[in-house]
Amino acid sequence: MIPLQAVAIALVGLGGLAVVTARDPLRQTLVAGLYGLALVILFVIFQAPDVALSELVVSSIAFPFILLAALAKLRGRRRP
Amino acid sequence: MSLRVRLGLFAVSGAVLGGLLVWALTGLPAFGDFQGEYGQILNNVAGHERHVTNVVSSVVFDYRGFDTLGEEFILFTAVMGVALLLREARDDRERPRDEARSDAVRAVGLLLVAPTVVVGLFVVAHGYLTPGGGFQGGVGVAGGLVLLYAAGRYRAYRAASPHGLIDFAEGTGAGGYAAVGVAALFAGGLFLQNVVDLGTKGTLAAGGTIPILNVASALEVAAALVLLFHEFLEEVMYPE
Repeated sequence: MIPLQAVAIALVGLGGLAVVTARDPLRQTLVAGLYGLALVILFVIFQAPDVALSELVVSSIAFPFILLAALAKLRGRRRP
Repeated sequence: MSLRVRLGLFAVSGAVLGGLLVWALTGLPAFGDFQGEYGQILNNVAGHERHVTNVVSSVVFDYRGFDTLGEEFILFTAVMGVALLLREARDDRERPRDEARSDAVRAVGLLLVAPTVVVGLFVVAHGYLTPGGGFQGGVGVAGGLVLLYAAGRYRAYRAASPHGLIDFAEGTGAGGYAAVGVAALFAGGLFLQNVVDLGTKGTLAAGGTIPILNVASALEVAAALVLLFHEFLEEVMYPE
């Protein structure tokens, strides 16, 4: 394992921890997006660029969008 | 169950699980030890068998094209389910005026719309030459479109993605993928067999049916994502 790979794995571990410890859903959505970027870096370093691109579009476009829309809807309902 | 019994149960099951984990970890192959025969073979043959420089695309749209057909229809069905659950007769109602108010969000967002769509299209077009392909590029294009809403106006976003056109694109993408497979039968091959001229390796005209399936899946993915975004945004835009 080269140092860069070790750093990437550690980043992903820390990112996962950060997602679990964020309690506010809105913050958690943003942290999850950053965690996705850490995974993208991991995949690039391990020479899987196709998977990295898939992870990039899913974790920074599709997934946060759906979460944010759901959160916005819930917020609108709480404050009539 | 009392607290002591619970703790005892946890101690026993925790110890067993921990022991099993350590046992499994010691039996793992060494770091970087790759045993995938199939991958090695494909790396050697895909280049001259399919004239593609991105082996992954030859797996996704050719050697394992049938699996991708299934995935296309998983996405198609999932989005159809969302639409069935969420879609109401709202299209006749007037679109709400909803605009991004922050100047910074507007400026950065609108600047990003065109580059995001272009990068998405680039990733689709070069899917079988460089990393990327229909799925990644398709989501990118949909993401660029939705930026129109995030950084501009909901009306502008809906005007740029009319429902009829998006439904049509989704159907064409999913149906087109299956149609290419059936067309191979009429050409005397097997379902989804690569029967088209393979072209020159390293150019856009390479890979036979791979580019066609690539574009079909890009259409399907981009349209499915935009439809998904529509349904979710409608929920936000029209509070009950």
